[in-house]
Amino acid sequence: MLTVNNVGRRFPGGVEALRDASLRLTESDFVALLGPSGCGKSTLLRLIAGLDQPDSGRLAWDDGPPEPGGIGYVFQDATLLPWATAEDNVFLPLRLRGLSRDAAMPRVHAALHGVGLAGFEKSRPRQLSGGMRMRVSIARALVTKPRLLLMDEPFAALDEFTRHKLQADLLEVWHQAGCTVVFVTHSIYEAAFLARRIVLMTPRPGRIDREIASSLTSGPETRLAPAYAALVAEITRGMGEALR
Amino acid sequence: MMKWAPALFGLLALGLWEAAVRIAEVPVYQLPGPIAIIGAFVADPLGLLQALASTLFVTFAALLVASVLGAGMAAGMSASRLAQAAIQPWAVALQVTPLPAIAPLIIIWVGEPLVALIVCATIVAFFPLFANTATGLASAPPELNDLFRLYGANRWRTMALLRVPAALPYFLSGLRISGGLALVGAVVAELVAGSGGFASGLAYRILESSFRLEMPRMFAALVLLALAGILINFGLGALGQAILKRRGAA
Ligand SMILES: Nc1ncnc2c1ncn2[C@@H]1O[C@H](COP(=O)(O)OP(=O)(O)OP(=O)(O)O)[C@@H](O)[C@H]1O
Ligand SMILES: [Mg+2]
Repeated sequence: MLTVNNVGRRFPGGVEALRDASLRLTESDFVALLGPSGCGKSTLLRLIAGLDQPDSGRLAWDDGPPEPGGIGYVFQDATLLPWATAEDNVFLPLRLRGLSRDAAMPRVHAALHGVGLAGFEKSRPRQLSGGMRMRVSIARALVTKPRLLLMDEPFAALDEFTRHKLQADLLEVWHQAGCTVVFVTHSIYEAAFLARRIVLMTPRPGRIDREIASSLTSGPETRLAPAYAALVAEITRGMGEALR
Repeated sequence: MMKWAPALFGLLALGLWEAAVRIAEVPVYQLPGPIAIIGAFVADPLGLLQALASTLFVTFAALLVASVLGAGMAAGMSASRLAQAAIQPWAVALQVTPLPAIAPLIIIWVGEPLVALIVCATIVAFFPLFANTATGLASAPPELNDLFRLYGANRWRTMALLRVPAALPYFLSGLRISGGLALVGAVVAELVAGSGGFASGLAYRILESSFRLEMPRMFAALVLLALAGILINFGLGALGQAILKRRGAA
């Protein structure tokens, strides 16, 4: 789907966020980007989304750069429009693509249903819990049926119980949607539970240090399984070496 | 009890005031008591209320013009950096210039006194509306701006669907502040115009009564002015609340 070729990004002011970062994304992949704070994870995500341009290297899309709506983006905070209902927040991407309300509503409701929010269509963000707001945000990212879903520490601000629930539901949604997910996280446990491929980054200037493949099929019991513990151990060891 | 406390306290204070004036035998041309003030109002309610209507007309006309100009210029400024560089210093210059200093000039230039008063009050009311709206238009978090870019929204769509709705609460609180300022501006302009012979508005009544040493009438006009200010402040506050509530619950 996409090859990220030796991209570098140096911000005005001199901070070099990325240097020679390379990554390949394939269809229906689930990649966790794992690295210490400030190593350029968000920067890499923004480059992939086209929200920022690299100073060196390039991004090569197999079928040309995606149309608007071809990429979904979920931020650390839900960043909903506070004055709009859940429904209108999810409608936004379709609205910006020129769809009428009537034409969009079936898809909007399906997306909300898909993240477990049927019945909350008319709720305002402040009437929803943090976890529910994040679900709206995920529905908003998925409503255009993107081929690529970029998530930047989406669950970092949630409590442990809510986080586990959303992780399980995200895997469900991913199976349904069949898109590629790039999931930025600080958490080794989260990366181990969710991803097919765990990509470890070095401290700034960020590079891709190594990649760990996972063969787990995550379910309710996964966190208790020895294979999960072994994967966590492997990532921990790898991270220790990447930080050195 | 808590609810009635301000009213009870007010009545008590009025009673004490009346008592003090009577006991100390303060001459009415120095400080009239509440009863004398009410008497002055009752003696000529129409004259005072007409003057109040005139002042309120100037106030609200100015508020309307300032809203359109302030919000419009803030929007123009937020749409273009060049416009921002061009407008901002002038807006600040306008804000720091004391109205009494420029009011005579404006009254001479404009000619038509009522329009001149509106222009003066607009100048005072303009800045909070302008500054608040400008702040509000830029208040949406960068992530939301990124989201609009991600979906290919152009500048106008982003304006209509993100920046303007984000600015609404800021604009409304600017409106409340400017409501009080427009009244002050109207009164100041009336004072300047009144000493030039233009006889309309509450400020002119105040000026007139002070020349004639009609202190109770002067106080009656002052009380009306204060009440108008309070009503404008609370009215615009309630209006803002209602609009935001409607948007948040419809
Ligand atoms: N727009 C910007 N201008 C200047 N410097 C920036 C900008 N964006 C990011 N940086 C810097 O680039 C570096 C990498 O930032 P980035 O946000 O990509 O890190 P991160 O890995 O996402 O960190 P975290 O895990 O804390 O979110 C940081 O040092 C940051 O200060
Ligand atoms: Mg980040």
